[in-house]
Amino acid sequence: MAKFIKNGKKETPAISTASLPDIVFMILMFFMVSTSMRQTDRKVQVSLPQASEIAKLERKDLASYIYIGTPTSQFQAQYGTDSRIQLNDSFRTIDDIRDFIAAERENLSEGDRPFMTVSIKADEDTRMGIITDVKQELRRCSALKIMYGARKATK
Amino acid sequence: MAAKKTPEINGGSMADISFLMLIFFLMVTTMDHEEGLSRRLPPLPAEDQKVEDTKVNRRNIIEVKINSNDKLFAGNQPMDVSQLKDKIKEFLTNPTNDPTLPEKADQEIEGYGTASVSKGVISLQNDRGTSYSKYIEVQNELIKAVNELRDDFSMQTYGKKYAKLDEETQEIVKKVIPQNISEAEPKDVKKK
Repeated sequence: MAKFIKNGKKETPAISTASLPDIVFMILMFFMVSTSMRQTDRKVQVSLPQASEIAKLERKDLASYIYIGTPTSQFQAQYGTDSRIQLNDSFRTIDDIRDFIAAERENLSEGDRPFMTVSIKADEDTRMGIITDVKQELRRCSALKIMYGARKATK
Repeated sequence: MAAKKTPEINGGSMADISFLMLIFFLMVTTMDHEEGLSRRLPPLPAEDQKVEDTKVNRRNIIEVKINSNDKLFAGNQPMDVSQLKDKIKEFLTNPTNDPTLPEKADQEIEGYGTASVSKGVISLQNDRGTSYSKYIEVQNELIKAVNELRDDFSMQTYGKKYAKLDEETQEIVKKVIPQNISEAEPKDVKKK
């Protein structure tokens, strides 16, 4: 017993921080891997409408995006303030949707093609006319799985 | 002088450097969660196919219209969005077997047995001038009505909410309470 009492004065050793860089690096690696840099520049302003019954998109890699909204301020001089369609990186018209869908479909593997989803991200102030045209064009390309982008309603 | 050793590089600041990078990535990362209302568009009818084939019995269809002033009509009567859900629920369940509301058909469903499934179809029509936010709001109400019916059914039969059921059971519930929302052809859209 006495043995233990002798050591009673000893200070608690400082916690070693030598492994701290490793831990931080590990978190860093996680973020670097999981980060997906945004591929496209938004050229239209999109503020999604609110909805409460929203579902998550199951597979992001199978999604193609169609943005619809008014051009952002630096493009307004050129394209006006009317609602426009943005595919990939540029302003397009309804007629370009066919090529866009075909190209997107080409990028997917054979087995994934039936599950391709087109996510329509339209601004809440858009009129339905343009969206109806887009929907009709999608039906013609038989891209039938669509998703209306929405944000969770805040109550 | 020549024997001087090169000093060891101090690794103490490594943590600071990696912290800096960590913070950079934390800020840059957009946890862009993709959410929305999932829908399936009807396939384009073949050109030789007659439109009459797809006509549904009058009582089985409810027309939900939104006009260019974002006014809502359900079954030809003007309505506020808040009333729509109950109207749809009544339409789909038809609790009193009203002859003006949709008929039900007994259907054999695998893993459940016979269930009386409503034949009701919701037909959503809009004008070119309807605003997108109103359209989504109405779509949302329609989906909410169906989801609540599914929840009720799941609670009664399985004692759980629909979302908590396993996938197979969800399929059964989906068959008992189908989500028949049809987005009308644009030719109807132009009519006011």
